[in-house]
Amino acid sequence: MESPQLSSLYQQLILEHYRNPRNKAELDEKTVEIHMANPVCGDEIRLQLRIEGDQIADAKFIGSGCSISQAAVSMMTTRLEGASLDEADALAVRFTEMMHGDDSAAKDKSLGDLRALQGVSKFPVRIKCALLGFDALQEALKKEAEDVGGEPN
Amino acid sequence: MTSEDFDPNRIRKDFPALDQTVNGKPLVYLDNAATSQKPRRVLDAIHNYYEQDNANVHRGIHELSRRATVAYEEAREKVAGWINASDPSECVWTRGTTEAINLVSVAWGLDHVGEGDEILISVMEHHSNIVPWQILAARTKAKLRYIEIDDDGRLVLDDLGSLLNERTKVVAISHVSNSLGTINPVKEITEAAHAVGAVVMIDGAQGAVHTKVDVQDLDCDFYAFGGHKMCGPTGIGVLWGRKELLEVMSPFQGGGEMIHIVERDQSSWARVPNKFEAGTPNIVGAVGMGAAVDYLNDIGIERIEAHEREIMTYALQQLGEVPGVKIYGPKSVDEHSAVISFTMGDAHPHDISTILDMEGVAVRAGHHCAQLVMKHFDVSATARASFYLYSTKEDVDRLVAGLDQVAAIFN
Repeated sequence: MESPQLSSLYQQLILEHYRNPRNKAELDEKTVEIHMANPVCGDEIRLQLRIEGDQIADAKFIGSGCSISQAAVSMMTTRLEGASLDEADALAVRFTEMMHGDDSAAKDKSLGDLRALQGVSKFPVRIKCALLGFDALQEALKKEAEDVGGEPN
Repeated sequence: MTSEDFDPNRIRKDFPALDQTVNGKPLVYLDNAATSQKPRRVLDAIHNYYEQDNANVHRGIHELSRRATVAYEEAREKVAGWINASDPSECVWTRGTTEAINLVSVAWGLDHVGEGDEILISVMEHHSNIVPWQILAARTKAKLRYIEIDDDGRLVLDDLGSLLNERTKVVAISHVSNSLGTINPVKEITEAAHAVGAVVMIDGAQGAVHTKVDVQDLDCDFYAFGGHKMCGPTGIGVLWGRKELLEVMSPFQGGGEMIHIVERDQSSWARVPNKFEAGTPNIVGAVGMGAAVDYLNDIGIERIEAHEREIMTYALQQLGEVPGVKIYGPKSVDEHSAVISFTMGDAHPHDISTILDMEGVAVRAGHHCAQLVMKHFDVSATARASFYLYSTKEDVDRLVAGLDQVAAIFN
């Protein structure tokens, strides 16, 4: 098997997000917060969303971990502000497909900067790092759906 | 003793797994604190056992069962010799160090620790020497107390006297830290613990690998260690315990092998150590661990220790010169066994490990099952390079060269 190249993993854009993460702050008026950790390696994030109606009005996170996990969640938050809940879910599904080696997902412009993480799919042990933020997002969307569904009207 | 006549390059030839390339580069295996590679002699012993002697132990009258039983009990004598136990029946086979500690926390702990009693462990412990005691404390309403560590990763023992009192029932301490490499003064701790009547359990998962262990000299009550970090197979380990303690302890698990007579409403127990070996044991694991002890004895633990010291001295010096590298644990090799935990600038340890892996260098990254240690140093993870008898200075050089790659990407 040919070895994957490190340069495909550590793209400048990823390192740039790692050094200067976007939306890394406490969100004062959050409506949902998900704490997600990878107990094996210690990567950890708290994803905070303010959801208004069926839209994500704001997305922030607090976290620590490797460059892949932190860059992925940083990039993810930049795509979430103003997105509908359906769009956010579609983004998570598409990104997960890309991580599992789906080439059409890797060319999908809807992923924006997140496509820089395509190389992670060639490093199987690091895929879980890239998915940490999106796992938290899907958990948040699930929780939101349950909360809304649970209300009397 | 010097390591003059000790040639790691000759020893490497005994280990088939070391002779391979990873990502196109010759493998440099520096994850020995997680598990060691296995010499041909151990692999052959496992293979030959299954091919020639395989049968269940202590059950049959037939020839194969006799051979299997002899092999299993001879292995027990070998591991007893490894730690200078006076009687092989004080060595109980377990699944590993973790199970050995759990055996003590349950089979001894539940009968001897009660409400208001104290259990003393340290911040440095592997999770396997923390969590069983937390569970015991919760079940018995006992109090769990900690020996702290200082900024060089050593136990703070100045106030040991105030941590020990007549309520202290058990002190459980690692011989050598898996995350920091610190060699602990377990003999002194044992003496202080015994002075207040506490029982002492030593986690020797790393200790029995890197240093000569003499349980009679240490004077501890329990010593636990496993096979796979010392050239043996996974899934086998040993609990050594003082005979008089093992004899009065309740069983750990019930089943075949551990009984004397079974009646409708009650049973009586087999003698020590069989009392603690319910079910068909890991016979081949024991045979493999015995072969590992033979292999290591032929080389000599003193020579292995001297070699590791030389490698550690070199590694601490070389790694210490890499810009941005911060090393955790004691500065002196007298107190620092074959493990180096480090971080490097703002490169996360996972990223360090991935980059090194692409250079063929295997290190561990993470919290090393020692989250309390990580918390003490305010890091979420470290990278860890750990050495063994087959490690060479060239391995250290390859590690340092790999770190140049880390610097190239992250600086």
